[in-house]
Amino acid sequence: MTFPNPLDVREATASRQGSDRAASSAKSSVVVEARKLSLVYPTADKPVTALSEVDLTIARGDFVSLIGPSGCGKTTLLRVIADLERPTSGHIVIEGMTPEQARLKRLYGYVFQAPALYPWRTVERNVMLPLEIMGIARAERQARAREQLERVGLSGFERKFPWQLSGGMQQRVSIARALALQPDLLLMDEPFGALDEITRDHLNLHLTQLWRATGKTCVFVTHSIAEAVFLSTRIVVMSPRPGRILDVIDCDSLPRERKLEIRESPEFAAIAHRVREGLKEGHSYDD
Amino acid sequence: MTKRALPVTVMTLLLLAAWYVGAAWLNWPQAAETLVRANKPAGFADVLAQAYTMKRPILPTPDQVVVELWTSLTGYAPTSPRNLLFHAWVTAEAALTGLAMGLLLGILLAAGIVYTRTLEASLLPWVIASQTIPILAIAPMIVVILGNIGLTGLLPKAVICMYLCFFPITVGMVKGLRSADPLWLDLMRTYSASGMRAFWSLRLPASMPFLFASLKVSVAISVVGAIVGELPTGGQAGLGARLLSGSYYGQTVQIWAALIMASLLSVALIAVVRGLELVLLGRAGAR
Repeated sequence: MTFPNPLDVREATASRQGSDRAASSAKSSVVVEARKLSLVYPTADKPVTALSEVDLTIARGDFVSLIGPSGCGKTTLLRVIADLERPTSGHIVIEGMTPEQARLKRLYGYVFQAPALYPWRTVERNVMLPLEIMGIARAERQARAREQLERVGLSGFERKFPWQLSGGMQQRVSIARALALQPDLLLMDEPFGALDEITRDHLNLHLTQLWRATGKTCVFVTHSIAEAVFLSTRIVVMSPRPGRILDVIDCDSLPRERKLEIRESPEFAAIAHRVREGLKEGHSYDD
Repeated sequence: MTKRALPVTVMTLLLLAAWYVGAAWLNWPQAAETLVRANKPAGFADVLAQAYTMKRPILPTPDQVVVELWTSLTGYAPTSPRNLLFHAWVTAEAALTGLAMGLLLGILLAAGIVYTRTLEASLLPWVIASQTIPILAIAPMIVVILGNIGLTGLLPKAVICMYLCFFPITVGMVKGLRSADPLWLDLMRTYSASGMRAFWSLRLPASMPFLFASLKVSVAISVVGAIVGELPTGGQAGLGARLLSGSYYGQTVQIWAALIMASLLSVALIAVVRGLELVLLGRAGAR
């Protein structure tokens, strides 16, 4: 593995794709590379341009947030990376492969806006689902599921059903499920959008610790400026109609280890200001 | 429980009262005639007593039916043709076999319709048309045709049950197999799960609540189908045969006892389905 991490010893030994992934990742520090990416939806009256000429490079180990108002194409961009949508033109390469190849090799974990847990499965069996599909042996499945549930602080909830958990806990289960695949790349589409601010702060702190502990590359869609600045190493500001990238902001002025207090720091305020200016430039407050 | 007991008791008593009034009203002319012929006193109380105790009343009283049921169930061994349990079992056997066949056919048709667009257009109209034919008209045909190719006994009855059962199951399962949330389907895609896998791990379990709703309808009409199927087979055994022989000999009490037994059988089978539902989906379905 590229990221020797004491928490991830199991990943290095257990992952089926671990070895070839390590081989490919040794080649390049670029995980996602998009060039002149466009996506146009044909609709009844006129075609809608969801993405227009998007150029984006995501480096290994980065935490990249895509921020913008609704309809700016940030979710579409994430779905293109995940091969849930096909771009109409342009190029995109994930770990040196097409998005489809990357999906077939299960290189990424995806966390949706809603927890999307299967209600007929217990928490543990939800986390085990991707492992079942990968054909991993039962004992190994359970061990991995327990490990990931522990990592998101949900030990003891294995046998509960999703409806018995709060919204924040359900979303943590869905993060554990994405982690169970042991992907190097974690794609998250406004995972905390539906949660209250207190839960959200808590989960943000949890997520940033998780990211530092696992060294995964994260792409995170949000419309909260504070959330984006708090979590990210880089922030991609997008604007709607057509969906395009206005600004890419590096957050090098903030320490890699994030604590809730950094939100009071002048560096944090400066970055938040730049994000806000970027959004303003895209006239995204007009509508 | 006590809250429900009172209205249920009141309603039951009202129905029983109506039944007794109806029995008196319908049996009155016959009862009065019998008394006059026998030169017995025919006052109000005498005729009423006669109307409630006739051997072959037009409408037997509830107590007559209960006594008939009781003597049949307790007076003979369960394997004796004089015991209604024997007949109920014969009918249940055909109904359950037909239900199992209908379940299989219904699920196969639904899967075909959901997965193949051409089948939806070509098959669904025939499925609906099949149910516009009165079962009373087609049941003897099924018995004759199957008898002609050497199939007698349980199977023709089961085929009639299947003919009735598969429809609610097909309709319910088409809806059920399509009930999976788009996010749940996207999730399967991110795991690059095969179509088969998505069927077994997602579409089928998601359809279970729909299946059980359909099953409750199907099991009741399956009992009706088995009874209808027993009428043209000459009526050796089964609740339908019991109804038939009752009507040959004007044994209305026997007919009513068989009717009550048939409804008890349906209730029991629905309770079994409900029990299965609770066991299989209980905790997951609770909300």
